[in-house]
Amino acid sequence: MYVAVKGGEKAIDAAHALLAAERRGDPAVPELSLAQIQQQLAGAVDRVMTEGSIYDRELAALAIKQAAGDLVEAVFLLRAYRTTLPRLAASEPVETAEGLIRRRISATFKDVPGGQVLGATFDYTHRLLDFALAAGGAPLPAPQQVETAPAAMPRVADLLGRDGLIEPPPAETGAPPRDLTREPLEFPADRAVRLQNLARGDEGFLLAMGYSTQRGYGKNHPFAGEIRVVDVAVEIIPEELGFAVEIGEIRLTECDMVNQFKGSATQPAQFTRGYGLAFGHCERKAMAMALVDRSLRAAELGEEITAPAQDAEFVLYHSDSVEASGFTQHLKLPHYVDFQSELDLVRRLRAAALKEAAE
Amino acid sequence: MTEPLAGYNFAYLDEQTKRMIRRALLKAVAIPGYQVPFGSREMPLPYGWGTGGIQVTASIIGRPDVLKVIDQGADDTTNAISIRRFFARTAGVATTERTRDATIVQTRHRIPETPLAAGQIIVYQVPIPEPLRWLEPRETETRVMHALSEYGGMYVNFYEDIAIHGRIATTYDYPVLVNDRYMMRPSPIPKFDNPKMDMNPALQLFGAGREKRIYAVPPYTKVKSLDFEDHPFTVESWNEACAICDAGDSFLDEVITDDQGTRMFVCSDTEYCRDRVAAKAAE
Repeated sequence: MYVAVKGGEKAIDAAHALLAAERRGDPAVPELSLAQIQQQLAGAVDRVMTEGSIYDRELAALAIKQAAGDLVEAVFLLRAYRTTLPRLAASEPVETAEGLIRRRISATFKDVPGGQVLGATFDYTHRLLDFALAAGGAPLPAPQQVETAPAAMPRVADLLGRDGLIEPPPAETGAPPRDLTREPLEFPADRAVRLQNLARGDEGFLLAMGYSTQRGYGKNHPFAGEIRVVDVAVEIIPEELGFAVEIGEIRLTECDMVNQFKGSATQPAQFTRGYGLAFGHCERKAMAMALVDRSLRAAELGEEITAPAQDAEFVLYHSDSVEASGFTQHLKLPHYVDFQSELDLVRRLRAAALKEAAE
Repeated sequence: MTEPLAGYNFAYLDEQTKRMIRRALLKAVAIPGYQVPFGSREMPLPYGWGTGGIQVTASIIGRPDVLKVIDQGADDTTNAISIRRFFARTAGVATTERTRDATIVQTRHRIPETPLAAGQIIVYQVPIPEPLRWLEPRETETRVMHALSEYGGMYVNFYEDIAIHGRIATTYDYPVLVNDRYMMRPSPIPKFDNPKMDMNPALQLFGAGREKRIYAVPPYTKVKSLDFEDHPFTVESWNEACAICDAGDSFLDEVITDDQGTRMFVCSDTEYCRDRVAAKAAE
């Protein structure tokens, strides 16, 4: 039988047609529009943009539609498309202390300058299936008009920093950070590289890694110093102009984790930081990222490295869903030849052993 | 009292689940400080929000009960409100902000300043029940350590703190020894609250939902915070008094009031603070 090779081309075409039909589902049910996905599946769109490393809601919605809601597959689609895009410019650093605050909470202080802004959150909803939603079309209560937020909402970590209670943010080196999408990952990886990797990393993986630190595998006593969801302007400085020009606005979720550090012989006690940043509203991701960022600083802070979440190679090599999904699933590809070699060897070994036993 | 939520059992959990949890609670009361594994259920609130405490409360609450829920000492924090509403909605029980009026107090991170009385139950929400977890991440190991009362590691840990910093560097979730036998985490209450647990007339129940453990301190049980003879246990104190009620004996929260670093200190226990202000106004 030589079917596997000869029939391959026809089989693939037929499989793709079947996949397209299954993605579409029953044609009697109206087709999803990209606008519907963008508007009503915003959580999926934000996750796909973050892990896909492209801020484009429409492309993310398309990827989700094409992937039939399989978000890891959608991330993959977006990453593959990203490869084709030219790099026109690098933006100026965005300033998350400015911009329109959508949500801002601190778990370390009951109140902070600028106040706690709960915003849209699942946090205090009761997870009771809402059967009214199943019927659709139920009128919504209009959200209350919020008071105008004060212009400045200083970061909580900066407030702690005034008294030296927390380590200062890393100093500006002036050197452009390595770009993981253009250069390979190398070790030791500096923090900028690690953060890039984590930002693109699979939410589930980071969640499990961060969670393991909370359960004693590389603990680092976290407090959510601040979580903010903010719309910020993105600026570039075109070479021919020489001054900053705003090219658009993006929504970010930022998490500043405040972690315990007892100090050492040379350093007085001070809190340390873990940092997380994600596109759109991806709070779980940003928090998990901040936990893992902090645990990966173990070596820098002189902590004993005992747990997977403190091991940069372990975390950074396995965080990427596109890489992990690809390699895990490649096991589906034909391995007839390798397996044949193994089969041959096992047969020989068994034959030798049986012969020995018989003698 | 209102009618509970249609389509759900009283206090959300089905009766079989409640019975299972009550059995775990009875065992926990019989072996003070011992962590009893239980079949924790998925709850409509997320793990980490207090699912253990909620399941314990749901299993012991009855129609005549009056429930108080606090988080960080306050009745008005979002999570406290959410849990209070959950029980108002699913059990239709009366709720209160007054410790004295409550039959059950569910708490996260504080014990009320108002002393608890005999007959009352306080339910603690517990994130990590295992006091030895930071010394040994494996559950199979820590269970053996408890069985053998092998608690030396914790004392060594504290000794190292003293050698390096001159003091024990644990400030909340400060481990205690219950009834001279089991080491127990008091949940992340400040160590300020630890002495309140000792010989308390109320029943103290602890629920850890994600970790699937229940433990208890029966009324009038000895609860000793770990220390050394030459480094006795001490609690936090402040140079300030509460900016609202002037209390000098309560646990104070720091509130940052501007970006110049100005701070004020206020009672973490909102009920206590309010009562003191009312009492002063009445004078």
